[in-house]
Amino acid sequence: MTGKSDNPILSMISRMISPFIMIYALYVIFHGHYSPGGGFQGGTMLGAAVILSRLASGSELSRLLLGKGIGTLMGAIGVFIYFGTGFLAMLLGGRFLEYKYLARIMPVSDAMARNWGIQFVEVGVGLAVMGIMVALYDDILTGEPDA
Amino acid sequence: MLRFLTGHYGYWFTLILLTIGLYGMIFKRNLVKKLIGMTIFQVSIIMFYLTCAAKFGGTVPVLIDDSGPAAVNPAAYINALPHTLMLTAIVVGVATTGVAFAIVITIYKRYKTLDEDVLLERMKKDHDAPAD
Amino acid sequence: MTHLLTNSPVLPVLILLSSALLGTVIAWRRPSLSWPFTISVVAVVTAISGYNLVRVLREGPIHYYQGNWAPPIGIEYVLDHLSAFVMLVVNTVALLVLFHARVVVKAETPGKELGYYGTALLMLCGFNGIIITGDLFNLYVFLEIGSLSLYGLIAVGERKAPIAAFRYLVMGTLAGCFYLLGIGFLYMKTGSLNMADTAAILPSMLGQPAVLVGLMFVFLGMGIKMALFPLHGWLPDAYTYAPSASSALIAPIGTKVGAYVLLRLVYFVFGITIIARTLPVAKVICWLAAAGIIYGSILAIAQRELKRMLAYSSIAQIGYVALGIGMANRWALTGAILHIMNHAFMKGCLFLTAANFRRKLGHSDISRFDWSIRKKMPWTMAAFSISALSMIGLPPMAGFFSKLFLAMGAVNGKHWIFLVVILFSSLLNAVYFFRVLEKAYLKPAGDAEAADGACARDEAVPSMLIPTLIMALLLIILGLLSTVIADGILAHIAPPGL
Repeated sequence: MTGKSDNPILSMISRMISPFIMIYALYVIFHGHYSPGGGFQGGTMLGAAVILSRLASGSELSRLLLGKGIGTLMGAIGVFIYFGTGFLAMLLGGRFLEYKYLARIMPVSDAMARNWGIQFVEVGVGLAVMGIMVALYDDILTGEPDA
Repeated sequence: MLRFLTGHYGYWFTLILLTIGLYGMIFKRNLVKKLIGMTIFQVSIIMFYLTCAAKFGGTVPVLIDDSGPAAVNPAAYINALPHTLMLTAIVVGVATTGVAFAIVITIYKRYKTLDEDVLLERMKKDHDAPAD
Repeated sequence: MTHLLTNSPVLPVLILLSSALLGTVIAWRRPSLSWPFTISVVAVVTAISGYNLVRVLREGPIHYYQGNWAPPIGIEYVLDHLSAFVMLVVNTVALLVLFHARVVVKAETPGKELGYYGTALLMLCGFNGIIITGDLFNLYVFLEIGSLSLYGLIAVGERKAPIAAFRYLVMGTLAGCFYLLGIGFLYMKTGSLNMADTAAILPSMLGQPAVLVGLMFVFLGMGIKMALFPLHGWLPDAYTYAPSASSALIAPIGTKVGAYVLLRLVYFVFGITIIARTLPVAKVICWLAAAGIIYGSILAIAQRELKRMLAYSSIAQIGYVALGIGMANRWALTGAILHIMNHAFMKGCLFLTAANFRRKLGHSDISRFDWSIRKKMPWTMAAFSISALSMIGLPPMAGFFSKLFLAMGAVNGKHWIFLVVILFSSLLNAVYFFRVLEKAYLKPAGDAEAADGACARDEAVPSMLIPTLIMALLLIILGLLSTVIADGILAHIAPPGL
């Protein structure tokens, strides 16, 4: 599991396709407003792209794409972005996740502040899901030593 | 009678998947197969919600024309709330599968088997040669 | 700052969630900071729970709308007397147990403390969310958050722990899925996920099969979660093989939260009319609870190991709470809620003493206890004795008062069989606790003074001993204050129709 795939065709095609999957995933995250998509869906695809490159090139080479412990850290940062948006709204005077109060620090109207609030939350969710999927793959692969 | 069978085929499929999932969890001896049964069970519940969300003549809940909230006719779109609820349920399923596989790998590394009967035997041997 | 406090219903959940992640990130750099950070966070959350209780006593029930969207569209958090009370109990027990956990976690799971405390905080976040939410699907989300962290906390124990965790995982996920299926049926019929809204709509659609199936699935799910007999199969192994700190965390809290959800559903969502008068659901709960009480008590007598005995005893005690819920009158309800609090402290203290024994003696095997324990660990044995007497139900300890309320509820509802069950099971409790007390206190001190040197005081370290003693003391204090609690707080919990 940790080594390169034996088949050169598989290995090369996976390496070529992986960036395109990531771009499509970003598209899906940001178009969650107006078409089917959103944070979790795009995050899963981002995670799948990284895991594909890990499977195709082996864990050592794929370290260049996404480092070893970064998965958990990115997951935490994603949840912080989500939680931070809600908390920021609370600090600015509203309830938790009341995005219209974000209009006090951003130069937009109330309705657009809700739009931007949801976008931040979706980005946070996407980052969190990607981080956790990569972290799950990495940790299960290099689990505890034989006991 | 025929209408009862063919008119509600979504619910029949839910029932079949539920049964297959429960069968897998109870009667299969391999731990990973039990987990597969559990996943099938979760998927069947997702399918139940989605079946209930569909409407006759409803279309995808994406707003195309921009003529304001009064022009929207809710009956023309399918019910979008169960779909959002099921997104959450899918995430929960992913997390459960992750935790379950971590536990299964720990069991394998300690007992060198994933078969339930062999596992129970080895546990009993552990217990009889007390290690506390 | 004071504005932030008006958001106090949601603050415990938020603080616990953010610090579960923040703590992991911080402690990556400095591992020695993980325990102090955890303790301070849980202390803050306990203080906020206390403030919540005071606020509810002053202002009445508080409804907090997330994002200021009114229900039934928005998700609301309901802070009434019941949820504030249970939240305070859960957080206080967690604070004391996590204070005790410093030494034990380092000893039993070395090198994993970072993940352990983060997971413990996530579990508390999940349970706090379950207690305070007023939305059925939100409850499912928090239920799964708490349960997944719980599986992780159990799996890091001794050699057989992952198997117990796997069994609990499969049964617990099954329970969550049943609950989800049940609320799916209810949503399709009532069109709302909000608890208060559903309660208003349900009486008009009583006979419909979908509502009945939804009710059944929801109760099945919550029955597995709270280990109601005969759905308790995961409990003995999970409590026995988990690390000591985990056992002490999940035994007082885990099943209690399941019982709380059952209480909410029975009284505040479905209502007494459906549960007791139209359908025989309350009767079924009562009979299953009575069977569980007898089964748990009898099997506890047969156990050789202390933690396993306490696990079977927990099955019996959760039977008491379920019996109180099922008997459906005011006395029984007060008894059930009081027993939630009392059992949390009693079982917490007992599992902490088991942890002390494991740490100092290396085992917690009852057949190997002897008179040397009362010389080596006198304070721990004192705490054990107080908790044991409270479990049996002797005044002035807290256990007596909850059993008194339950018995009065049985008399009030003319359920004579359940009265006999309650009294008989107290006798059975006495049998299995007096086994330990007899071995420790009643045997003469062997071939005495020569052995006296070998039995010098080897008490547990203060950071483990102090929480144990505080919990034991709280049992006495809460017992003496039982009527104050019952009249001051629990009398305000007025489910409709009772």
